[in-house]
Amino acid sequence: MTTNRREFLKTTAVVGGGLTLGVFLPAQLDQAVAAGTLHTPNAWVHIADDNTITLLSARSEMGQGVYTSMPMLIAEELGVDIRKVKVEIAPVAPVYTNALLGAQITGGSTSVRDGWEKLRIAGAQVRIMLVNAAAAKWKIDAAQLRAADGKVTGPGGRSATYGELAEAASKLPVPEKVTLKDPKDFKIIGKPTKRLDTAHKVNGTAEYGIDVKLPGMVYASLEQCAVIGGKPTSFDAAKAKAMPGVIDVVQIRDGVAVVADTWWHAKKAREALAVQWDEGPVARISNASMRDGIRNAKDATIPIKKTGDANAALGSASKKLSAEYWSPLLAHATMEPQNFTASYKDGKCLVIGPAQFQQGTQGNVANAIGLKPEDVTVKTTFLGGGFGRRLEYDFAVQAAEISKAVGKPVKLVWTREDDTTHDFYRPMALHRMAAGLDASGKPVALTLQLTSQSITQRAFGLPKGTLDPFMAEAAVVGYDIPNMTQELIEHDSGLRVGYWRSVSHALNAFANESFIDEMAAAARKDPYQFRLALLEKQPRFAKVLKLAAEKSGWGKPLPKGHYRGIALMEGYDTYMAQVAEISVDKDHAIKVHHVWVAADLGQMVNPDTVEAQIQSSIAFGLSSALGAEITLDKGRVQQTNFHDYPVLRMNEMPKIDITLVPSTEKPGGIGEPATALIGPAVANALFAATGKRVRQLPLSADHIRSA
Amino acid sequence: MATQFKLNGKEVSVQAEADTPLLWVIRDEIGLTGTKFGCGMALCGACTVHLDGQPIRSCQTPVSVVAGKQVATIESLSKDNSHPLQKAWIAHDVPQCGYCQSGQLMSAAALLRTNKNPSDTDIDNAMSGNICRCGTYNRIRAAIKTAAAEMRKA
Repeated sequence: MTTNRREFLKTTAVVGGGLTLGVFLPAQLDQAVAAGTLHTPNAWVHIADDNTITLLSARSEMGQGVYTSMPMLIAEELGVDIRKVKVEIAPVAPVYTNALLGAQITGGSTSVRDGWEKLRIAGAQVRIMLVNAAAAKWKIDAAQLRAADGKVTGPGGRSATYGELAEAASKLPVPEKVTLKDPKDFKIIGKPTKRLDTAHKVNGTAEYGIDVKLPGMVYASLEQCAVIGGKPTSFDAAKAKAMPGVIDVVQIRDGVAVVADTWWHAKKAREALAVQWDEGPVARISNASMRDGIRNAKDATIPIKKTGDANAALGSASKKLSAEYWSPLLAHATMEPQNFTASYKDGKCLVIGPAQFQQGTQGNVANAIGLKPEDVTVKTTFLGGGFGRRLEYDFAVQAAEISKAVGKPVKLVWTREDDTTHDFYRPMALHRMAAGLDASGKPVALTLQLTSQSITQRAFGLPKGTLDPFMAEAAVVGYDIPNMTQELIEHDSGLRVGYWRSVSHALNAFANESFIDEMAAAARKDPYQFRLALLEKQPRFAKVLKLAAEKSGWGKPLPKGHYRGIALMEGYDTYMAQVAEISVDKDHAIKVHHVWVAADLGQMVNPDTVEAQIQSSIAFGLSSALGAEITLDKGRVQQTNFHDYPVLRMNEMPKIDITLVPSTEKPGGIGEPATALIGPAVANALFAATGKRVRQLPLSADHIRSA
Repeated sequence: MATQFKLNGKEVSVQAEADTPLLWVIRDEIGLTGTKFGCGMALCGACTVHLDGQPIRSCQTPVSVVAGKQVATIESLSKDNSHPLQKAWIAHDVPQCGYCQSGQLMSAAALLRTNKNPSDTDIDNAMSGNICRCGTYNRIRAAIKTAAAEMRKA
């Protein structure tokens, strides 16, 4: 699916280039450049006269480690000590486009895959320019010089720091062709490396969007319609305006904002507002109606893949089984509630905050307040979690509209309740699965039909009726089954939906990996052996499956009351298997004790971050597998905060053992795949424990009881 | 009416109304932004600070409650990351997005003040009020044990 996804977004989203060597600077570096003390051989590397080297990350740091891994790629070829560089998050510019997504986006576990060659080339180019500058200075053949550890050295003890050479180097032509290091010579890439942002994150100094301060800044709290998409028709602000600290009350497209001297004043006064709403069409939607809509959808069936003739094979199979799987709406629940700071002045607007999609933020803020994109400057802070929520820019647009309305810099901060009830939720999904086995229990046919909502139609204008690649991820299994069809029904529920960590991988893997377990049970085979027998032609799949089974002691006795489940998937070019060991108490509450993960993600940049991302993904996936669910009643989201949208806590965190397969393959993504697999691994363990096949997420006591 | 209390050892006087949550006084009036807003209902622990040495959720603590008392925030651990917990957090590379970590560190600091050798259960009990959406829990647990070991030696 990767190819489809790339090609599709290249043609529809904001156009991006390859390695254009323009020079774009975060504003804070501008002054140094103006003063002539900072030099910019290319868009990724800034070298100051004092040899301070600043590397740019064009990806947003939301926990996944790009603040370290992106500079590692540059530093490897540039020849600098990764512990001595400074890092800045890039501004908006075409050179920073993510070629895998066609825009300046952080998402889809693409950062390393996109940067893998590009950033090493960028580092190598600058190194060559520095060497050439030294060669010219010393009137010596460049071939005799060596660049490493921030210095160029040559015969006769010649030595110059990059800082001493940077001014001359930045005036030289950029080499078009560079030879990159053989991976066996890597000094930084592939070595566990301490994160460069940790020091700021343990003493309170890391700046998140919510911490931004501008001179003269005021604070806003925004009342939005309880029904998503509802618009204000009138409001009475008399009481609110009389409350302490209130500066103004303004109506914007999405609601009514109270602006005050502190956020608490704004929030308190907001509670005194009386707003009349046009609730709009979402008010007609409830969970039951959404389910009915999906179940009875008459939209076109879009093929994903067809292998052999599944219908015929199902017809002649000696054993047939079929099942329906449901996945609920989910919220992202980033720890940092949505927020943005905007300063509109004289036809220009500065917006600062946590953004995953800088170009979208720039373009949509500009549209909303009647400016050209180039008049909107976007600065990206650290993100207190992203998970796809910050691919949207509703909060940035709102902040800009409020700033324009009051003529002051404004920081808009949502409450947790705003955040939970005004998300772009992961869409509800129904999978209809069918399979046929021959007399020996061998699968001869498998069909998957997913009915769900296309996010990409809203987010990127994908035409209706065309395959949304972000719905087809991990839909096609790696198992050798001669007859298979996978197909999609794109049904618009009317509720806005969004990309949620691992997107459709989590939906499709839950259905596929639960159902393959059902097939194994129908064939009276061990679920691990059953899978393995279907992977003879798939060495990367087979390897991780075997490793996960071996490390978890699959087949060996467990403590009393403990059971295992296994699941397997490819996603983001990463092959992964998981085994979950669980127990279930008499109240049908699941405790996940231990998870084993085996992954082959090709070459790695920072193996320690890879492990951290797997741990993180499992916690994230478990939150939704075990309890979290968003429900809708007359267009109103029923959950508001962490008491009714529970997320995993310390006492629920399983032990995690991770085995990474050494590989020379191209890098795969690792920010998301483990999220998708933990659900089916636990569901399969639940079946082993109870004999109950729970086909509806979350795996809550209610759903276990009614299974 | 002004409220006086000690913040990180220094006497402060703040103007916020008596019912204003301590969190917003610390963040917006005093301007120390290391303490985070997560839920506003004492459900997530991102706003954890110490009140006379005890961990409290500052989002649910009216500023009037702290009058005349000692409040300590993440900024009090150390600026140069020399506190054993900060060192352990760095050694284990605990933070991911990092947003919850001020609260995690303050809850951990309160635990280690009274218990220099916490068991897994002690850690669960002290830390389960602090949500980390990035799921850094296993590293937090390991880092608390590392810091505790260092503090036992000291």
